[in-house]
Amino acid sequence: MIIADPTSTPKPNDGTVKPLRLDGISKHFGGIVAIKRFDLEIEPGEIVALVGDNGAGKSTLVKIISGLYQPTDGEIWLNGERTIFRDASDARTKGVEVVYQDLALVDLQPVYMNLFLGRELRKAPFGTLDRKEMATRTQALVDELDVRIPSAKSTLSDLSGGQRQGIAIARATHWASSLVLMDEPTAALGVAETAKVEETILKLKERGAAVLVVSHNMEQVFRIADRVTVLRRGTQVGTRRVADTSHNELISMITGLAS
Amino acid sequence: MTITTHVKTGTASDVLRHIDWRQYVVYIGFVVVFAYFAITQAGNFLNTTTLVNIITQAAPITVMAVGAVFVLSVGEIDLSIGSTVALASLGSAVTLQATHQWWLAALAGLAIGAGVGAVNGIFITLVRLPSFLVTLATMGLVAGLAQQATNLQSVPVTNSAFGWLFGGGTLLGIPILIWWTVVIVAIGWHVLRQRSFGAHVLAVGNKSSAAAVSGIRVNRVKMVVFIVSGMAAALAGLLYAGRLAGATYTLGSSDLMSVLAAVIVGGTSLTGGKGSIIGALVGSLFMSMINYGLLLGGLNVAQQLIVRGIIILAAVSLSLRAKKNS
Repeated sequence: MIIADPTSTPKPNDGTVKPLRLDGISKHFGGIVAIKRFDLEIEPGEIVALVGDNGAGKSTLVKIISGLYQPTDGEIWLNGERTIFRDASDARTKGVEVVYQDLALVDLQPVYMNLFLGRELRKAPFGTLDRKEMATRTQALVDELDVRIPSAKSTLSDLSGGQRQGIAIARATHWASSLVLMDEPTAALGVAETAKVEETILKLKERGAAVLVVSHNMEQVFRIADRVTVLRRGTQVGTRRVADTSHNELISMITGLAS
Repeated sequence: MTITTHVKTGTASDVLRHIDWRQYVVYIGFVVVFAYFAITQAGNFLNTTTLVNIITQAAPITVMAVGAVFVLSVGEIDLSIGSTVALASLGSAVTLQATHQWWLAALAGLAIGAGVGAVNGIFITLVRLPSFLVTLATMGLVAGLAQQATNLQSVPVTNSAFGWLFGGGTLLGIPILIWWTVVIVAIGWHVLRQRSFGAHVLAVGNKSSAAAVSGIRVNRVKMVVFIVSGMAAALAGLLYAGRLAGATYTLGSSDLMSVLAAVIVGGTSLTGGKGSIIGALVGSLFMSMINYGLLLGGLNVAQQLIVRGIIILAAVSLSLRAKKNS
């Protein structure tokens, strides 16, 4: 994994491999076109926001990138290799991790178990669970991402919504070798918790992760994203550097009305 | 901000207190009832024979309880275990009569248990029916098969190897039924606490959608759990057949309540995601001890049923009440 220097902006490194490249992705459901030719490249250490009104095709696109849907047309490239996802677990194996809106975590298990669920660490000679090692690595990861929890051994149900979303993001980060995909990561959170989760997302950027975040929240897009791409009724209206665009421009791109 | 912190600390300590309660209800109850019988029955109760009897009498229930911990932990229920005991023990006894091979008889019994579990599992995972309904149906179905199989006749078990292994044998001076208890509890504890499979069972029972997106094959886990439950019931059937030197269709018919009571009193959640094998063992011994103590106390069968019902009700309400707020 390429770790970007946190003090400089991500290098363009053109010609080298991109964690994610979508090339002419489209999706038809029968005669209905849900996505029409969608292109996107994401750099290591870059956060790209995907915005659009309800029904614009965001969730269809999320499902394509997370392996739940197959695109009708177009190519998905991960780390420079063309790939096809057979299903969600295939996408995960290939390094795409999704942070779900409804927290795909198990409440009655400790934090470290959640981090390693489905991919538990085991130890010789009998292949028993290595709880100690899982807890140690979890603690190191949450410390690095500055997700403040009492302990890696805390039961998840004892944590706040923000802490849990922090754990969900930490898990995605830990396993993602290509892309972290976040679907409305702060939709269920209050103001203070949203700020904390946004800090965590920015930490991913420092670690050199490529992040695609779906958000309804324009202020959030301006706070955390490097670039923003807009979908309207299945068509990709445009992609802007956040520094070069304005709230009004984005709104008119989303709605299709001149501001 | 100070208020938030204050509230949070309060909740956390509440939760801690409740968890402690839930964990200890069965152990405290066990000690209290044990002390009560020890004092009131004195020498009648406090001797090796009685203590060994309590464990060996409980052995079939303990074995089924280990299976039931997995079933409840995965968020399902298996009502068919009592009937499976009868069908498996009969199948085993008939095989023994025909072949005179103890191991073939044991295999036949276990295969019947696995078969019932697989049928339950298929209807629950592939047909997607609630386990309560599926196993309610198979409970009747399997009981009917057991009655039909030998036309309500008992089948004697005269093979000495079978009788030794599943009933009256001793190994290193310790009754074989205690060995079975120890081995099955140890395996159950190891799998639930120490292996990935156990973690997957608890995760599926806690939130199956979260388990699924974590790459856990939910249906496969449930399928295995039901087969294990059926095989545990079958092993309990073998233990009855070995101890009683015969099989009959009524074996296991009153065990369902004892098993569920042992498991729930032992701290396993009825709604899934939390299970305790050691708790189930102590719960099972607790039930057995009550039976034995009441018998020594000279209560008749009807009075035993009443007192046992009250004690179970009290223990279950204590352990579930403690759970409510956590």
